[in-house]
Amino acid sequence: MERPVRTRLGDGSLVEMTAGEIREDLLAGTEIGARRAKAPPLTGAEIDHLLDIFSTESKFSAVDMGDEVCLSFDGSGNLDSGTRVDELYSYQSHRGADMLELFSIDYSYKAIKTILSYETQAMKNAQLNLIAPTQYGAMPDLGRYSMPDGPIPNWSELMPLGRIQEARDAQVAAIEHAVRDMVFVAEGMWEAGADGMDFDTAGAAGDGDLLATLTAIETIKGRYPDIGIELGMAGECVLGMHGELTYRGTRLAGMWPKAQLEVAQQAGATMFGPAVNVNTTKSIAWNVARACTIIKPCMDIAEIPVHPNVGMGVGGVPMSPYPPADAVSRVSRALVDILKCDGL
Amino acid sequence: MACTHALASGMGGMRTAGDLVGRMQMTRGMRLNEAKAYVAERLGCAVADLADPITMHDVRRDLGLGRIPVQELTYPTHAGAMEAKFHIAEVLDVPINSVARFQECAGLDRSRPGGTV
Repeated sequence: MERPVRTRLGDGSLVEMTAGEIREDLLAGTEIGARRAKAPPLTGAEIDHLLDIFSTESKFSAVDMGDEVCLSFDGSGNLDSGTRVDELYSYQSHRGADMLELFSIDYSYKAIKTILSYETQAMKNAQLNLIAPTQYGAMPDLGRYSMPDGPIPNWSELMPLGRIQEARDAQVAAIEHAVRDMVFVAEGMWEAGADGMDFDTAGAAGDGDLLATLTAIETIKGRYPDIGIELGMAGECVLGMHGELTYRGTRLAGMWPKAQLEVAQQAGATMFGPAVNVNTTKSIAWNVARACTIIKPCMDIAEIPVHPNVGMGVGGVPMSPYPPADAVSRVSRALVDILKCDGL
Repeated sequence: MACTHALASGMGGMRTAGDLVGRMQMTRGMRLNEAKAYVAERLGCAVADLADPITMHDVRRDLGLGRIPVQELTYPTHAGAMEAKFHIAEVLDVPINSVARFQECAGLDRSRPGGTV
């Protein structure tokens, strides 16, 4: 009889599973990922390697020496001690961050626009005190432009009423506002010395959200060719809130990571962060196998670095305020070993 | 979580050459292996050395790329922060936005010292 090992579910809770049960979860995870993303399932050797990682009880797991990757640390700092520059310095000096990101707790470009002078001063101070490359990050957050928070009719209210064309028109109108705000903030940040911009959780409000982001990136990159631009996604599949929006002739709704990467590259992004959401009721082995399967097609066509999102509740990392190190380290290692990604 | 990722798979940031490889990724869009090879060539070391804090401590000292001051080791007479970024721009042969802004604001690229607007 197989001896069970302790592993975790997607919510971080401990469970006991045998190696056979973990293998079944790995196979199920890759199968559902392959079916949903229309991607090949992981190979037998890859499943075996993941089984090696997830079927031990060691407290920690890590990549081999020489296989280390760059960590981009979106949203560096916890905003719980000192100034934001102190936090960035802490990430640079004590947490091994390869890149840093200045951000505001109201993580939305619409909000940042109103405090841009304060934020750009913070960026200048950060740049004077830091060495690691430092970008500024926030969300495109298209939903904030709809009523009652914004000036545009609320498409989420119009759609249930069957007013589909009005809902679509509203999203197109919101895109104009969002693009203007993202470009405005990027201009200020570049002038303050930022190394790059991060458009994080792009597509959170659907295809319109992603189109706004791609349009802004194209404008910003055209204006500042040396600026770094990270496009981080909100989820694995772009929701078709509008449904008919296209970027350079390609429909955005329903895009999976490989197609998302293609449009990110076309727009001029220098880094891409695919996001695969965690199922909290499934094991981390199941979640990692699914995430690897969905993201893997990116790696064959990538012309820019791919940094899968591995924060709380994405990429296989448990959805918990304090993700356990045994789980996080296994997820970290598994994604790097299987995907050969450029960073996390 | 940040520490766990750093230990499990990260290059090590400024303890090694992680920030330098990261800079090539962020601002030049270089993929990992390309960025590692480029940085190793510019530093005159092997790719395998890039994530080794012992080797990189000396490389960073020799090239003035900045190091992390700690209780036992401080570097008051060596390049730090903005000073180190001047060297990084030169060694990696890449423009660094904050360095260009600093030069402009400090009047380093003008015939007379002074600020800008």
